[in-house]
Amino acid sequence: MVVNQYLIQRFLKNTLTHIFLLIITISCLFPIFWMIRVSFMSNATVFADQSLIPVELNWHNYVVVWTKGNFGVYFINSMIYTISAVTGIVLISSLAAFAFSRLQFPGKNAIFYVFVAAMMIPLPGSFVPLFVRMNELHLVNTRLGYILCMINVGLSLSIFLLKTFFDKMPADLENAARIDGCSPVQIWWYIALPLAAPALAVIVIYNALNVWNEYILAALLFSDNSLMPLQPGLMVFNGAYQVDYPVLMAGLTMTAIPIIIVYLFMQKYIIKDLFSGAVVG
Amino acid sequence: MFLKAQIRRLNIKSFDALRNCLFIIPAVVIFSIFYIYPFFDLFSLSLHQWQGIGPKIFIGFRNFQELFADKVWWMSMGHAGYITLIALTLQNVLAFSLALACDREIRMKRFYRLVFFIPPVLSEVVVGILWNWILNSGTHNGQQLGLFNNFLMHTGFPQLVHNWLSDPKTVLTCIAVVHSWKGFGWGFIILLAGLQTIDRQLYEAARVDGAGSWNTCRHVTIPLMMPVIMVVVILTILGSMQVFVLIPSLVNQGLVYHTEVPVTRILASMSGFQFGYACAQAVVFGSILVAVSFTLKSFSNRMKQA
Repeated sequence: MVVNQYLIQRFLKNTLTHIFLLIITISCLFPIFWMIRVSFMSNATVFADQSLIPVELNWHNYVVVWTKGNFGVYFINSMIYTISAVTGIVLISSLAAFAFSRLQFPGKNAIFYVFVAAMMIPLPGSFVPLFVRMNELHLVNTRLGYILCMINVGLSLSIFLLKTFFDKMPADLENAARIDGCSPVQIWWYIALPLAAPALAVIVIYNALNVWNEYILAALLFSDNSLMPLQPGLMVFNGAYQVDYPVLMAGLTMTAIPIIIVYLFMQKYIIKDLFSGAVVG
Repeated sequence: MFLKAQIRRLNIKSFDALRNCLFIIPAVVIFSIFYIYPFFDLFSLSLHQWQGIGPKIFIGFRNFQELFADKVWWMSMGHAGYITLIALTLQNVLAFSLALACDREIRMKRFYRLVFFIPPVLSEVVVGILWNWILNSGTHNGQQLGLFNNFLMHTGFPQLVHNWLSDPKTVLTCIAVVHSWKGFGWGFIILLAGLQTIDRQLYEAARVDGAGSWNTCRHVTIPLMMPVIMVVVILTILGSMQVFVLIPSLVNQGLVYHTEVPVTRILASMSGFQFGYACAQAVVFGSILVAVSFTLKSFSNRMKQA
């Protein structure tokens, strides 16, 4: 009898937990599912068709968004900015983190602490002087200017994460390579970087998310539509297609899907590494 | 001979140091131009009157005097504070209970973890426009356009149908709820990582001593989790006070005055070509955030020692 009661209690507890978790799951997924569903409908069927899965897949909205909505241009721009900024962050921050962890030079600790301090101090409104600076350097409305800004945004956290990773790397490998005649650059490229792959994965996904979703700087720096990435482009589009929900949802889907796919492929790294770091630090 | 060797060694040493410096040069250059220089610029510009072009006029602390008397600015701080309060309670209680639920031996743990982090992956513009449509109160041929009102109509609560986003009374709460929807995944994942570091034997011991789930949570889990909870609280405050992009994409123009937050004020001064004033706002806002987060941090450190 006692065992039975215990089992019943446990079953009840598990069921209640699952119900709670499932309600939140639905609240997370349903808006996204509905967004994708409506993006395949036309203004005429959006109210008539009550079925869960649309009767016919209508790609027309995507054509409108891609051509009239200028999303073809925005999408390519977002790709360019994300790929170049992330590549830049990976190379530059891993070089710096390697030096902070393994090499000797004057002022090493002081410079490292400046980077860490920048990570901790919130700077809302730093875009005001940054915009002034960009204007003086004639980097407003240029791809290079935006990419450099975004590299800067990701730099300090990436350096911090990679340095803690390099610090844990065994010195033996590095010594063996040095005895075999490797220069520090070769050690960085052939030994440190491949070993740091898990940490690099975190940095890639975290920064890709950041750059793809960034809005304020992009909106301030680009007044030229042909250089804009997706987020400010979406805002422009939102102003023009205010009530045409199917077309608007097609635009949202196009903006959201690539980053969701990247997340699904790389999520095991985020959950394992980024947050175990966050909790220790 | 001895001296010569010494000089050679020194040369090699300084050559090494120089070459090692090359590793950090790109990072330091970019960081100086795009972070350090603007950082100091922020303070110096806040003491000037400047319209973006022409001469900068030094006016001392007049921008700050003006700011402290600026009612709209403090109202915007109040709005952000309100959003932060709701985020702190709703978002963090939700995140903590979800993390507790997922920390137990339960099926589909990985699936839940995967799903709860999808909203944080979306951009604020996407979330804002999506929820603008969900909470929309417009009608089309007698049918509610917005999903939520539509849902209320069909489930038999037509009296609850409301113009959520165009009523000044509900709009801030809506912003806060949508912000929490987007943000709870971060708290959830950080708290879950923290929960998993707790030694299972402590739970066993608590159970042997006759503590139920509630008592175990209150006397074992929460005290042990306090440092992690503090991190989440600080991150929530920093994130919610600086909320901005969500607002113009969620609430279309019209309610501008009722949805002002500090960042929109800074942007407004900037587009009004009052660069000095915009910087003064940024300095005051940033200092408040730094003060709050450092107070909380030292508070949690003191608790850890006690």
